[in-house]
Amino acid sequence: MTASAGPGTDPGTGTAAGPGAPVAAGRRRGVELLLLTGAVLIPVYGYASVGLARGGAVPPDVLGYGAGLGTLALLAHLAVRLRAPAADPLILPIAVLLNGLGLVLIYRLDLETAEDAAAPAQLVWSTLGVGLFIVVVALLPDHRLLARYAYVSVVTALALMVAPVLFPPVNGARIWIRVGDLSFQPGEFAKILLALFFAAYLAANRRTLAFRGRGLRRFRLPPARVLSPVVTVWLISVGVLVLERDLGSSLLFFGLFVLMLYVATGRTGWILAGLALAAAGAYAVGTVEPHVHGRVDDWLDPFASVRAGQGPGQLAQSLFSFGAGGLLGTGLGLGHSALIGFATKSDFILATAGEELGLTGLTGIVLLYALLVARGFRAGLGLRDDFGRLLAVGLASIVALQVFVITGGVTGLIPLTGMAMPFLAQGGSSTVANWIIVALLIRLSDAAREPLPGEPGGDPPAEERSPLLAGNLDESRADRRTPR
Amino acid sequence: MTRTIRRAAALCLVLLATLLVNAARVQIVESPALDDNPANRRGPIARWAQPRGEITAGGHTVTGSRDTREQLRYERTYTDGPMYAPVTGYASQTYGTSLVEHAEDAALSGADPLLSAFPLWNDLSRSRRPGGRVHTTIEPAVQKAAFRGLAGRRGAVAALQPSTGRVLALVSSPSYDPGVLSGTGPATVRAWTELNAADAEPMLNRAIRQTYPPGSAFKIVTAAAVLDAGLVRDVDAPTDTPDPYILPGTRTRLPDAAEGCGGASLAYAIQWSCNSVLAGLGARAGLPAVLGTAENFGFNDRSLRIPSPVAASTFDRRMSVDQLALSSIGQFNTTATPLQMAMVSAAVANGGTLKRPYLVDRVTTTAGRPVRRYHQSLYRRAMNPVTAQRLQRLMVRVVEDGTGRNAAIRGARVGGKTGTAQHGPDNTGTPYAWFIAWAQADDAVQPGVAVAVVVEDAEAVRGRISGNGSAAPIARAVMAAALKTSRGR
Repeated sequence: MTASAGPGTDPGTGTAAGPGAPVAAGRRRGVELLLLTGAVLIPVYGYASVGLARGGAVPPDVLGYGAGLGTLALLAHLAVRLRAPAADPLILPIAVLLNGLGLVLIYRLDLETAEDAAAPAQLVWSTLGVGLFIVVVALLPDHRLLARYAYVSVVTALALMVAPVLFPPVNGARIWIRVGDLSFQPGEFAKILLALFFAAYLAANRRTLAFRGRGLRRFRLPPARVLSPVVTVWLISVGVLVLERDLGSSLLFFGLFVLMLYVATGRTGWILAGLALAAAGAYAVGTVEPHVHGRVDDWLDPFASVRAGQGPGQLAQSLFSFGAGGLLGTGLGLGHSALIGFATKSDFILATAGEELGLTGLTGIVLLYALLVARGFRAGLGLRDDFGRLLAVGLASIVALQVFVITGGVTGLIPLTGMAMPFLAQGGSSTVANWIIVALLIRLSDAAREPLPGEPGGDPPAEERSPLLAGNLDESRADRRTPR
Repeated sequence: MTRTIRRAAALCLVLLATLLVNAARVQIVESPALDDNPANRRGPIARWAQPRGEITAGGHTVTGSRDTREQLRYERTYTDGPMYAPVTGYASQTYGTSLVEHAEDAALSGADPLLSAFPLWNDLSRSRRPGGRVHTTIEPAVQKAAFRGLAGRRGAVAALQPSTGRVLALVSSPSYDPGVLSGTGPATVRAWTELNAADAEPMLNRAIRQTYPPGSAFKIVTAAAVLDAGLVRDVDAPTDTPDPYILPGTRTRLPDAAEGCGGASLAYAIQWSCNSVLAGLGARAGLPAVLGTAENFGFNDRSLRIPSPVAASTFDRRMSVDQLALSSIGQFNTTATPLQMAMVSAAVANGGTLKRPYLVDRVTTTAGRPVRRYHQSLYRRAMNPVTAQRLQRLMVRVVEDGTGRNAAIRGARVGGKTGTAQHGPDNTGTPYAWFIAWAQADDAVQPGVAVAVVVEDAEAVRGRISGNGSAAPIARAVMAAALKTSRGR
């Protein structure tokens, strides 16, 4: 593949009716339904096995739980079937499976903390998330409409990020807005809005950023007029996050910005400059901020507190969990990840997976995320408009970076930063926001796999696709047979 | 843009792959070290997640488990805790284990792979086996007689079956309830602190971990050495030891409490506990003879276990003649555990053959499937069989018409030896009262029990402390209980 390759030569948008052709691969809603069945049955099995391991009996509400999750999955599936019929059939089942597994893990941890049950609330948030998913899939006919709201979203994003400063900090981080019993983490939504803004802005200005500007021998700096809004937005967002001590999100926004800039401009210099800035920033923050400094020390030597006779810290407890899991895990419900204490159900949910499902289960979960990320990038490759491509890349990168930062943190690969594992961790804002990301990915993949008629790029003849656009399911089934 | 998207995708996937490599490092390579980290609570949690296996005495369990529903779920309980504490020891979630609880911990906690019919399967499935059952050789009736006999006075009792080496009773007094140490709370810490600070040292196992000067009870060992060495051929023939005896090479006079010890026969000397005769004979027999016999009884053995380690009883390997003379009557540096003195008595009762004492008979699963069996075994030949026969007769005379009449049992042949051990600077400490004995029921072919009793009675008036007065009645009760138990079988 070369940089100048048009969308027509991308896999998945080929003209022939071969395996990669959009018409042959396009629909697949039946595959999605089949995968969804599995994505519902696996968590139901997990739920039953927690009950068997802990109480010796299958929980009486296992059917209700299965029916609830199944209904959500079915409704989401119907929305996709009716409004995004060509969408990638893997994205929704992966989201349902991860959300279901998260519910099982949270329910399992609820058994250790009887006074503080989180699973019911998480189920409500998941329902809300799926509801929003359906709303987005149903009411957003074309992702390109979003590009119009680039500046609205960036203003909203910044407002959302600044807002928690006005509220009291929770556990050292000002990332929460609390109104009565409801708490809400605006940063989760800000990340989507920022990705949207970056995508729209970079799509509009990418050629200027890539090829224009004052040259200093081989190194070319883009014109400040074009570059400054992006850099300003980024600096503000990162600055706010440092003030709020939410370094996980800071790292996420930074990585998102650098990746999207690189994808838009194709200039490796951005990556190098970004890495240099990240290193400098990390060093500065790590030296100045005691909260972060402690995290780095803990990362460098998780067992220092044990030797000092103060007992194991959170990271040490997390590592104990992963170590206890070994290759095959202790089995659902039979581990002791609750020893981590605070944040077991949120930031450290993966330790429960690592202990009770073992390296095998953990690998499965990471591969699910990898697959989701890959399908996001795939949608990006399949799209023809720069905005859509950058948005897909941005959303996929958010998932990938988030998974990397959290998993790397709880397994001691990088310093620990508090962040919610997408879909798996307890957290209302996070669950809802991730369902919106998935809705957007569904929308983008639908557009990528179902090229609109009249667009340039050597698409298949319009008459072959018109029944699909009408959304007629019977016709589409007939249509699937015709090319063979 | 396609090229950069692909590269960005590749970068993201590399990041995720790095996570998996790192997870494999933690979960496989570092897993054993993490599991072994002392700060990792999973070991204790798994260990106490199930009821601990039981310890039995005479077929009855003397332990139990209480479900606390806490993180360390099952706590150890004890029935008749103070009475069996010198046998069971404690199994504490805070302070670890001791004695049988310690020696058989792998079986009791379920960690012993032999408890499983298919050990490999448990390793694979990571399930823990139910704790095994440890059957001790203790006879509850004998144990009870000893515990009641001491009645809270400082002292100890050890009783053996001479023909096998089975420990029938092991009592230390004053005692404590090991159940108070089971848990993890502040009450446990308080109990531990108080027990360790108590003047009476209730957690000291006096029967196997404390050594005392054996005093005149040691004269049996000296007599065995003298007879084995052929120094005395006729136990009733007079010896030429003067009374008072002057320690060789010194001017120190060794007086006798008993009458008629001057030049008395060995039989008379044992019967009335003459210091002069045994000191003189021991000195004449020489260090190698007395030391060799003492070591054949188990003195200076640092490796003795029953299975809990037994403190070494001592008989010096280098001594001048006067020191040897004092050592021959159980003074100077000679010390012995109550178990050691029970072994002396058992060797005489068993015709000179000393069986290795053992406290744990066998280990089974809860269902009764045998896991391990401990067999009786020869410890050492302590003396010639003829010597043993002669000593038996001498010891019987002690009980029939000598210093140990308080030990006599109707319907049984009882041999014994008293001891009153002086100790402390210039022998000013309250003396210890000893009694070692064995008993053979009239209808039995061999002695059924050998016992050693020590009472360190700090309350009693010094003059009244004697083996016969304080210790012999306890020995008698213990032996009577043992004979009754064996007859009931």
